[in-house]
Amino acid sequence: MAQVKFIKKDNVSAWLEELGQKHEVLAPRFEGDSIIFRPYDASKGFFIEREATAPPKKAIFPQSETLLKFSNIKDLENPEKVALDVKENLPDSSWVVFGGRPCDARGFTMFDRVYLNGKHVDAYYKARRENTFFITLACEKGETTCFCNWVGSGPSDPTGSDVLMVPVEGGFFLEAVSDRGASLLDSSLLEDGDSKQAEADKVKVEADKSMGEAQDLSKAPEKLLAVFDNMEHWEEMSAKCLSCGACTYLCPTCYCFNITDESDGISGTRIRSWDNCMSSMFTMEASGHNPRPTKAHRLKNRVGHKFSYYPDLHDGVISCCGCGRCIKSCPVGVDIRQLVLSAIAYEAKEAAND
Amino acid sequence: MKNLEDLKEQIRKALPELDVVIGWTDSFDPLHATPHFMRKEEDIDKLKVDALCVHNLATYLPGLKGKKVGIVVKGCDSRSVVELLQENLIKREDVTIFGFGCNGVVDQTKIRSIIGDVGNIEACELTDKEVTVTASGEVHKLALDEVLSDKCKTCRYPNAVLSDHFTGEEVATTATFEDGYKDLEEFEAKSTEEKFAYWLGEMDRCIRCYACRNACPMCVCRDHCVAQSRDPHWLSQEAHVRDKWMFQVIHAYHLTGRCTECGECQRACPVDIPILLFKKKFNKEIKEVFNYEAGLDPEATPPLLTFKNEEAKIKERDW
Ligand code: SF4
Ligand code: SF4
Ligand code: SF4
Ligand code: SF4
Ligand code: SF4
Repeated sequence: MAQVKFIKKDNVSAWLEELGQKHEVLAPRFEGDSIIFRPYDASKGFFIEREATAPPKKAIFPQSETLLKFSNIKDLENPEKVALDVKENLPDSSWVVFGGRPCDARGFTMFDRVYLNGKHVDAYYKARRENTFFITLACEKGETTCFCNWVGSGPSDPTGSDVLMVPVEGGFFLEAVSDRGASLLDSSLLEDGDSKQAEADKVKVEADKSMGEAQDLSKAPEKLLAVFDNMEHWEEMSAKCLSCGACTYLCPTCYCFNITDESDGISGTRIRSWDNCMSSMFTMEASGHNPRPTKAHRLKNRVGHKFSYYPDLHDGVISCCGCGRCIKSCPVGVDIRQLVLSAIAYEAKEAAND
Repeated sequence: MKNLEDLKEQIRKALPELDVVIGWTDSFDPLHATPHFMRKEEDIDKLKVDALCVHNLATYLPGLKGKKVGIVVKGCDSRSVVELLQENLIKREDVTIFGFGCNGVVDQTKIRSIIGDVGNIEACELTDKEVTVTASGEVHKLALDEVLSDKCKTCRYPNAVLSDHFTGEEVATTATFEDGYKDLEEFEAKSTEEKFAYWLGEMDRCIRCYACRNACPMCVCRDHCVAQSRDPHWLSQEAHVRDKWMFQVIHAYHLTGRCTECGECQRACPVDIPILLFKKKFNKEIKEVFNYEAGLDPEATPPLLTFKNEEAKIKERDW
């Protein structure tokens, strides 16, 4: 049976400090009016009462990451010749991400299929992934923008987490999900959790009930392909979109990047930074041709990738964890659920006309 | 909106001649509205206009070039339309402006910081004085004044400054230019170090999504923005606060004397960075130097888009 513990609310900070001796701890806290993940600082505390504004994506996939450093070395004997000195920059610390939600932790399993389990293994991703532990807080209740239950998950889904925390009277019930998660529970601040099991189970059941009815998205892959060429549909769907990309940068399952050399004189760094399919530059080709010239093409890709192309490549798994951030933080209220459902319904309507 | 039916009627009459009319409608919860593109008669039924209709729809106009577009505007939004006309970014004969007298819109960030958990909004009722929000079974009565956008508290142009159709009564206002810059003056009183530290702190959480840029009706480079151009590579792609801040400086400079202070840049920011303050600084200077305000006169040219040998208020020859 999985190892279970209990921690009193008042002991959580002490636990984080203890974890901080071995790992770098990321925890959400208020900054301005937003809740974002920052290296844990006891004097600033943490805030886990609500889903964070931005997910802890940067823990494993930093907004910008130095892949290597380079410098050109001039050969004084032979000025024509320049030697290139390159140093790789693999990350080597370990991290604990505390207080993310099940959707946040599950999000990285979408990355894994691409960066770890595909034809090529991404060394940078791997280094961070293997050294990052997730202590995740189960949700007691979904929000109006949450739809994790539509995509095969739920408010207490342990997928991708190492430890699942469930809020119970006076503190949290802690459940080791992975072996390495169990190693995080080896602290004198934690008490035995068996007596809280029943209460935690009840919280989970209630949370599941708080979610609206799940929609059946099994037809989404084929239906999205079916409407692929109907640009009129996509223009209508994307009319209000600003093509800004906020949705992708806040998305726990968006993993696209750009690589640039940032040089200063004869030396510099090669960095990988977030990029996104909502940006027109994303598919701009060197010839000047852009296969996704309008926001309609771009939004179509965003939805299509998550709900059609990715599932087609990865055993039907939808590349969206249903966290709802793209809905609640979109400046103009684009609702990805509507986009998917209208693709599903669209064809049905067409068929009815036949 | 009291005269919503009148507005709908105006739109109904105009729609046959237009490709689309842009307004607002209900969104994912009762506390939000969303832009609404009306193409068919039945779309008009879903139109809503109230204090939740925060979006400045003028942002969409340059992207709809060549189409006949109707647009519903608040006073401040109408200034963006005027500014777009001034800069020849849209054609007067292509836009049909449905204006009205505006009583202000809410600031969702303020509501969120008062209520806290806005994840489960069940109902929202608006009156002239109050916003009543039911969230997770709890009823919150908020004074409208407390949650009104700052721009609305000092609004000098609540009525569309240009319109083809105007709905309802004009709204009176007594605010002055100076009223709108009190926050800036307070900020300017700080030391340079304090100001710098403030911006470093705020900009640090920027995710470089550029929602601020894309939401801005006057930000028309968009796809060719210096922030992302690869050749030349003006800004580094690092997540360094230096580059994030640099972008805001560039944005503000590009908007100097063109920005109508609609506040969309700040509203769009997913991590609530108060970037409007920055834009206001430049506008205050423009007013000071050129006695000019953006988006009021369709025939005028913004001061930094023109060149005069001698500016009325800058006495070059006296130096
Ligand atoms: S869906 Fe919303 S957040 Fe995403 S690009 Fe469009 S406007 Fe921006
Ligand atoms: S697409 Fe939206 S709901 Fe899905 S994981 Fe990304 S941000 Fe969350
Ligand atoms: S600034 Fe004026 S016109 Fe604009 S929303 Fe506020 S009150 Fe209305
Ligand atoms: S810079 Fe901001 S306030 Fe000014 S016009 Fe653009 S969006 Fe509006
Ligand atoms: S909208 Fe906010 S987070 Fe996005 S680029 Fe602008 S300031 Fe940064």
